[in-house]
Amino acid sequence: MSLDTGIRLAYLVAAVCFILALKGLSGPKTARIGNLVGAGGMLLAVGMTFATPGLSRFPLMAGAIAIGAVLGFPAARLVKMTAIPQMVAAFNGVGGGAAALIALAEFNKSDPHQLAVYQVVEVLFGVVVGCISFAGSVVAFAKLQELMTGRPVTYPGQQVLNAVVGGGILGLAIAACISPHGWLIAVIGVLALFFGIAFVLPIGGADVPVLISLLNSFTGLAVAASGFVLHSVVLVVAGTLVGASGTLLTRMMSSAMGRSLPNILFSAFGSVVTATTTDGELGDRTVRSGSADDIAVLLAYSQKVMIVPGYGLAVAQAQHVARELAELLESRGVEVVYAIHPVAGRMPGHMNVLLAEANVPYEQLKGMEEANPGFQTADVALVVGANDVVNPAAKNSPGSPIYGMPILAVDEAKNIVFLKRSMRPGFAGIDNELLFDPKTTMLFGDAKDSLTKLVAAVKQL
Amino acid sequence: MNGGDILSLITVFVLAAFVGFEVISKVPSVLHTPLMSGTNAIHGVVLVGSMIVLGTAHGSLQITLGFVAVVLATVNVVGGFVVTDRMLEMFKKREPPKKDDDGR
Repeated sequence: MSLDTGIRLAYLVAAVCFILALKGLSGPKTARIGNLVGAGGMLLAVGMTFATPGLSRFPLMAGAIAIGAVLGFPAARLVKMTAIPQMVAAFNGVGGGAAALIALAEFNKSDPHQLAVYQVVEVLFGVVVGCISFAGSVVAFAKLQELMTGRPVTYPGQQVLNAVVGGGILGLAIAACISPHGWLIAVIGVLALFFGIAFVLPIGGADVPVLISLLNSFTGLAVAASGFVLHSVVLVVAGTLVGASGTLLTRMMSSAMGRSLPNILFSAFGSVVTATTTDGELGDRTVRSGSADDIAVLLAYSQKVMIVPGYGLAVAQAQHVARELAELLESRGVEVVYAIHPVAGRMPGHMNVLLAEANVPYEQLKGMEEANPGFQTADVALVVGANDVVNPAAKNSPGSPIYGMPILAVDEAKNIVFLKRSMRPGFAGIDNELLFDPKTTMLFGDAKDSLTKLVAAVKQL
Repeated sequence: MNGGDILSLITVFVLAAFVGFEVISKVPSVLHTPLMSGTNAIHGVVLVGSMIVLGTAHGSLQITLGFVAVVLATVNVVGGFVVTDRMLEMFKKREPPKKDDDGR
């Protein structure tokens, strides 16, 4: 067996590892091992590349890899669990950037006039999609990291401008196919960067995770395109796998939010809706606000408490205190269950990760379908920093922007306690009827402070 | 590259697209984020392409592009797998919880 055959076979094994990794990652029991299998495949593919005949500059390569590892490893290891979504955006962006750069470099290597049209198309695809993914991920990162506003950024003529830039990219791309010049490709790359930014700006913070998933599949496709440019089967396989599974995952995520993908991408959701919330309504209705002591009594003498954690819990880093309260209640014989909405937190599954980090037993975490029947028998539903995912408007008010989104049936519990910073509406910008419900008690304040007060109050009983 | 090569790549592309759709058809929503992060790490295979570009580069422009691509792709690979593993680490069953270990 020649070295070349060996390398090709190793790439095949790596490709199989990636497929097995995806398979593993889609089941809770196999997920971790799946990820390791993927990493193993990656190690094999990269190791084999070092053995490829005809390559040079191995020390430089190793140096670049060392720099990348020094940048990537601590970032991934040290990032707070609440900041995971933006970290994924960042890692996705650099991947897209790399795909765009190698397509550019390969174009620069070739004699443009020797290229067949399909080869120019491959380069263009890699550059355009890679640049969009890179720039879009940077903006998504900035939104989630709160370096800029998380609200949709809209300005007059936005859709028109985006359409013009998109059309311009397409037009120049056709021109580049006819007469491939380096500068033309560079201009297209710059336009694609601009398009990536412009395309993400109007998307609100709550929808950014779905967007990251979409950009993730874009990067997969850009990688596949660069695989075509380089004639590398492993790049084509892995890139396409990510492109296809990422598209499907994006659709699953948006349907978990009860929204369609076009709606998320083009509606500038939050801004429109905030305008429709009426302040007057709030004035003439009463909200019952309770003290930590009252609520502690309510909780401690319940049979069953269901905790509904939301993003407010995550930002306040209150998952540990929440667990402490739950344990305290359990030691008093109260049954405690966490009811987790699919999009609680910032990303589907994000809340489970945060609670698991705080050592909450996996068995106490109930998904929406499993949790919903339980609210009827719950004495208290304790909603911590969540709002939209329990808003009955999703069930009862067809005009509401969140209508149709599956929600947790908190309204069926005997008592409802909201730990919330203010009466301000949630991400979707809609009033929540439930806050005015006679069986609702509010405890205003930062989720962590409120929970800490509750823990202290329960201890005193 | 001749016509046969591009056709075989297109074949691989189409088959891989079907595999990608089929292999994750049923995923509980709890795993959406780790799955996204895991696929994110897998497209880090662009590192292999970046290494090939750097290893065959001529002139400072290509070397610079290749070098930057290798750095970026490595961040993607290393960061992607490590962060996914950290998420999944949380899912394993725990012994009775101990004091907060917030420190890492």
